[in-house]
This record gives sequence, C-alpha cells and structure tokens, in this order.
Amino acid sequence: MNMLSEVDVEKKLHNSSNQPAIKMKGENVSVFYGAKQALFEVSLDIREKEVTALIGPSGCGKSTFLRCLNRMNDTISICKITGNITLDERDIYDPKIDVVQLRARIGMVFQKPNPFPKSIFENVAYGPRIHGLVKSKSHLDEIVEKSLQRAGLFAEVKDRLHESGTGLSGGQQQRLCIARAIAVSPEVILMDEPCSALDPIATAKVEELIDELRQNYTIVIVTHSMQQAARVSQRTAMFHLGNIVEVGDTEMMFTSPTEKRTQDYITGRFG
Amino acid sequence: MTATYFLILALLTVSLFLVGRQRASSLAGAEPSSLHSLPSYHGMFLAALIALSMLLVYVLGAPLANRYVEAQALAGIDPATIADGLGRSAVFRDIHSILAGTYAGTASPELANAASAYSSAVSLTGWLLLIGGVALALAAAMMGFRLIGPQFRARNSVERLIKYVLLACSAIAVLTTIGIVFSVVFETIQFFTKVSPIDFLFGLQWSPQTAIRADQVGSSGAFGIVPLVVGTLLITVIAIAVAGPLGLFAAIYMAEYASPRTRAIVKPILEILAGVPTVVLGFFAALTVAPFIRGWGETFGLSVSSESALAAGLVMGMMIIPFVSSLSDDVINAVPQSLRDGSYAMGATKSETIKKVILPAALPGIVSAFMLAISRAVGETMIVVMAAGLAANLTFNPLEAVTTFTVQIKTILVGDQEFDSAKTLSAFALGFVLFFFTLVLNFIALQIVKRYREQYD
Repeated sequence: MNMLSEVDVEKKLHNSSNQPAIKMKGENVSVFYGAKQALFEVSLDIREKEVTALIGPSGCGKSTFLRCLNRMNDTISICKITGNITLDERDIYDPKIDVVQLRARIGMVFQKPNPFPKSIFENVAYGPRIHGLVKSKSHLDEIVEKSLQRAGLFAEVKDRLHESGTGLSGGQQQRLCIARAIAVSPEVILMDEPCSALDPIATAKVEELIDELRQNYTIVIVTHSMQQAARVSQRTAMFHLGNIVEVGDTEMMFTSPTEKRTQDYITGRFG
Repeated sequence: MTATYFLILALLTVSLFLVGRQRASSLAGAEPSSLHSLPSYHGMFLAALIALSMLLVYVLGAPLANRYVEAQALAGIDPATIADGLGRSAVFRDIHSILAGTYAGTASPELANAASAYSSAVSLTGWLLLIGGVALALAAAMMGFRLIGPQFRARNSVERLIKYVLLACSAIAVLTTIGIVFSVVFETIQFFTKVSPIDFLFGLQWSPQTAIRADQVGSSGAFGIVPLVVGTLLITVIAIAVAGPLGLFAAIYMAEYASPRTRAIVKPILEILAGVPTVVLGFFAALTVAPFIRGWGETFGLSVSSESALAAGLVMGMMIIPFVSSLSDDVINAVPQSLRDGSYAMGATKSETIKKVILPAALPGIVSAFMLAISRAVGETMIVVMAAGLAANLTFNPLEAVTTFTVQIKTILVGDQEFDSAKTLSAFALGFVLFFFTLVLNFIALQIVKRYREQYD
C-alpha cells in the first residue's frame, strides 16, 4: 500500500508538470428525450485519475451527461444522443463497440443503493462472473475480498459474507455497490449522487473512499452538495439548463468563479 | 311487507343523514372549524343509528313474527295431519296456493279458515314489525340528534362502526370456509364408519359400486383412492409441465422484451384464455386434442386410448397458462428498475440480468403464481371428465385413461343413490381429501413466499 501511494505521488508530480492525461472526452453531446432536448452541445474532458464533479440545479442535465458516459441511456428507448464521446480516444458510440465490454470498463454507482437481492459475496462476485474474469473459486474469493477491502467494507462484513446484501445499512449498501463496481476493475467509475440517500456519517465514509479510489480510478461524480464537490473533486463542471456554464479546477471554481451563475449557485443564491 | 320495511329503512336512513348533516352545519354557522367532526360525519352517525336499530328490530322480530303466524294458521287444523314436518309443510303449501288463488278444487272450511288466519296474522305482524322498527329508529334518531354539537365526536364513532363492518365482512369469509369444512367433515366421518380409513387411503382399487339389493352381482365396492391420487397427480404434473415454462416465458417476454404496445395487446388476449369456460375447453380436449394425440401415437406405433391423461393434461395446461403468465408478469414488473440498472451498469446483458437478478428477486411471486395454478389444476373437473375418462386405472402412463378426485365426486353424486350409502358418502371423503390437499399446497406456497420474501426485498 505504501509502495503504491509513493508511485502515485510520483505520478502526480509527473502529471502536474505536464498536461494531465485525458481519459474520456465529450464533444458537442446533445441528448433528446423524445422531442425534449436535455443537453445542448456539451463538451467536457475527464482527466485520468482525478475526481470530476458535475454540479448544477436539478434538471440541468448533469445526470443525463453522466449516463451518456457508459451508455446507460441506451436502456431508454426514446432517448437519442448526438455528438461524440470517447474513452481513451475511441468513440464509445461506435457500432463496433460492445456495450457490455464498455460497461465493464466504466462502472457506475447509483443514487439509491441498489444491491441485488443476493448475498454480500454474490453481489460482488456478480460482475467477475458475468465477464468470465475468474479462473477458480479461490481467485473469486480473492477478488471479492480485495474489492470489499478497497470499498472499506470488508472489516464490517467479513463474518457475514453469505448474508443478504439488502440487510446492510444504507451506507454499507452504497459501499457494497461501490465494491461491486470495482470488482470488475473498471477504469472509470461514474457516481450519480452516491450520498444523497445517506446520513452524514455514511456520507463522510463514502467521500473518504472516493478520495482513496482516485489513486486507481478515474471518477465522475454528480452531486447536489457544494461542500461534497469541494471536498472530493479536483475538477468541477457547472451545468445549467442543459449547458455547461463553467469548467475548471475545483479550487478555482469555489474561490473565484468567472461566471456569475456559478457564483450564485455555489453561494446558494439559486438552485 | 319485507320490501316495504326495507324501503322505509332506506328512506329514513337517507333523510336522517341529510337532517344530521344540516343540523351540524347550522350549529357550526359561519365557523365550520368549530365542529369537532365534519357535518357529513354527523349525518352518517344518525343514518347508522337508524339503519342499525331498524335492522336489529327486523333480525329479532321477524323469526318471532314467523312463529306467531305459523301458530295462528295451524291452530284450527287437525293435529293429526300436522304431526310431522312433512304434513305441516303440506298445509302451508295449501295455504299459500289458496291465498294466491291457485288452489285446485275447493278448499275445506278448515283450510280456508287457516288461510284467513294466516293472512291476517301476516299483516298484523308485518304492521307490528314496521311500527316497532320505525319507533325504535325514531327514538334512536332523537337521541342521536341531541348528541349533535360542536364537541360531539361523530367522526370517531362512525370510523369505529366502519371498522366493525369491515371486520364482519372478513368474518363472513372465514366462517364460510369453516362451514364448508364442517359440512364435509361430518359426512366424511360417517363414511369412515363404513369403510376403514386405511383401506381408503392406501387401497389400490377404486370401484365405488355397492350393492343396492343383496342379490346384486359384481358390486363389491372398493374404496382405495391411490388410483385417483395417481391420476390427479399425473394430470396436474402434465398441466404444470405445459403451463409452467410457457407461462413463465410468456411473462418474461411481456415484462422485459415486449414494447408497451405489444404488451397492452398480448396480455389481455392471454387473459381471455382464463375466461374460456372449462366445458368449452373440455370439448376442445375431447374432440380435437385427444384424437390428434391418438393419431400421432398410432404413427409411432403406440397404443393410445381415446381418452388420455395427456390430452386432459395438455388442455388443462393451456387453461392455467394465464394464471402463471399474468401473475408472473406482474411480479416481474414489480422488481425495481434500480436493480435492472445496477445489473446493466455492471455490463450484464439482458438475459443475464433476467436470469441472475430479476427472476431471483421475483421468485416468491412466481412461486405463488405456480401454486395458484396447481390448485386450479387439481380442482378442475370438466376438462378431465370430458377428456380423461372415468376409468380408475392405476397407471403412470399418460397415454391411458385415468380419473381424478373431482371427476369421481361428480360421477358419484350424479344419479340415484341412497344418501347414506358408502358410495355417496365416499364423495364427501374425496372432497375432504382434496380440500386437505389444496390446503397443504397453499400452506407450502405461503411458507416459500414468506421465506424468500425476507431475503429478497
């Protein structure tokens, strides 16, 4: 663990000297739900191994944008998407791309914890099983344990791995969902208001976890809480009415936003 | 007279409702919030008082009145002719036809007197009942009317009354079930005094013909239900083997794959199948499916009887498809969308999601759908009568004729038999066993549902 963080620190130093790598890139993304347009030509770069926060008032299109990144909008039949989204410079809407493989590379955590009605173990083992990532039972055990450890849940549940995941508390359920997402070793994790159904203590734990996960994963998080965006993210994008108002380093955004709307929203004057 | 009584009851109830409401709102005046309960609750309170007191008078008074009328009518009749119930009811039939003017011939003066005594007693008791009911109702209304006021908690009283009405409704359902059980149990016990329960439950031969006359031949009477159990199970298993997969897969298609438009068309059509009268399905089984199976069997050199368990089972399976599909469809739809999203976001395909997330989550509901379908199949009669035959063969071969509990019950009770013969009574014993069987089935289903519901929620 120590070794890892040292390497990471080095990498960060390295990154800060150069331009940080771009993991995902959205260009002129528009989304239509039937006749209604929810996003208007939005462009946003997601930097590798950083936390990007998407903020903005309700209905501003931030969740819609997030769901474009792993093509979850495909499950909504009336939804139509134009523009370009790339992952490692490959178009994810390319017909040659298999959405199943794409989603194995881009994990997602939802607003409301949604563990499957299975045991804790089976919840985490779900992804590795369907993607055929496991060679043996012991390998699967290892993956499950590692994922739960990374999600900071292992110590709490190690004696009851075979009890139902739905019996956990809300915060534990959400960390279980995070463990489930990282069990398939994704490169990007999308989080759609992951703490909005949690109490402050559980929220603090999840935020701490997000900060740790940043070492290994690229994270995009939608949040309604300004403080949360300030605490966990390195970059922030402010959405309003289906457009991006402003993008920048989180520190900059929260101390000296260039746009008046951002300032008003952050200080609580609207939204 | 009864009709008039209830008409007046209804009129009084409605008008006192209006009076109570009016009174309450006039007491409230310009300030409706000064009342504890809304005016309509005061109205309902009065209405309930009226209706209940009039019903009470009727329930208590009507049997008394009836007894009085009978005593008046029979007073002048020769005691010898009315010594037993049969004689008494004959006299009353005569009285009724005299009063209706349809009596054949001329009535004896004795009978004519009885008729006029009867009719005057009827009208007297009718009036008494009406006056008593209305008097009590008005007294109750007066009392209730005085209670009406800003502090009076009419709402609480009305809501308590509603609770009792609801309780009474559920009590009726429960009591009916108990009544059914008892009506069967007594006859069953009587049957077991004639045939030992061991022979009944474990006997391998079913031929319920008992000798009516001592010299009759070939009517030994064997009451072993094993062939019936086997026949019932055989047909039920075939039916579930048809309806289970078809119904479940149809449900999965409707819930997960079909567009809302397709679903809106397909689901009602499937449900029509549940509404086809079983007699009609019986025709279909006997005239279409059974000959088809026989012809098909012959091409393979199999001997198929023209009435077969397979034909009945197949058609019964078709009949219960909607039970499985419609209920399963509902429970699959009830699985939260968030679970589907969670699975898709993990990169699962649609079929993986259905297999590993949705079906396990919907399992309790699916199990209860299956159990309901099985109960329906076990209790089904007409299709089996028409397509599976009456022969109580002890066989597991679906190509032979078999018979079931329900078919035997129907066969035994149709036709002339002494009511206390072992043959007739055996129908009740069969009914009891069938009832017990479905009860156990329901119990198991409930347990399964309960057990999995704790886990999947």
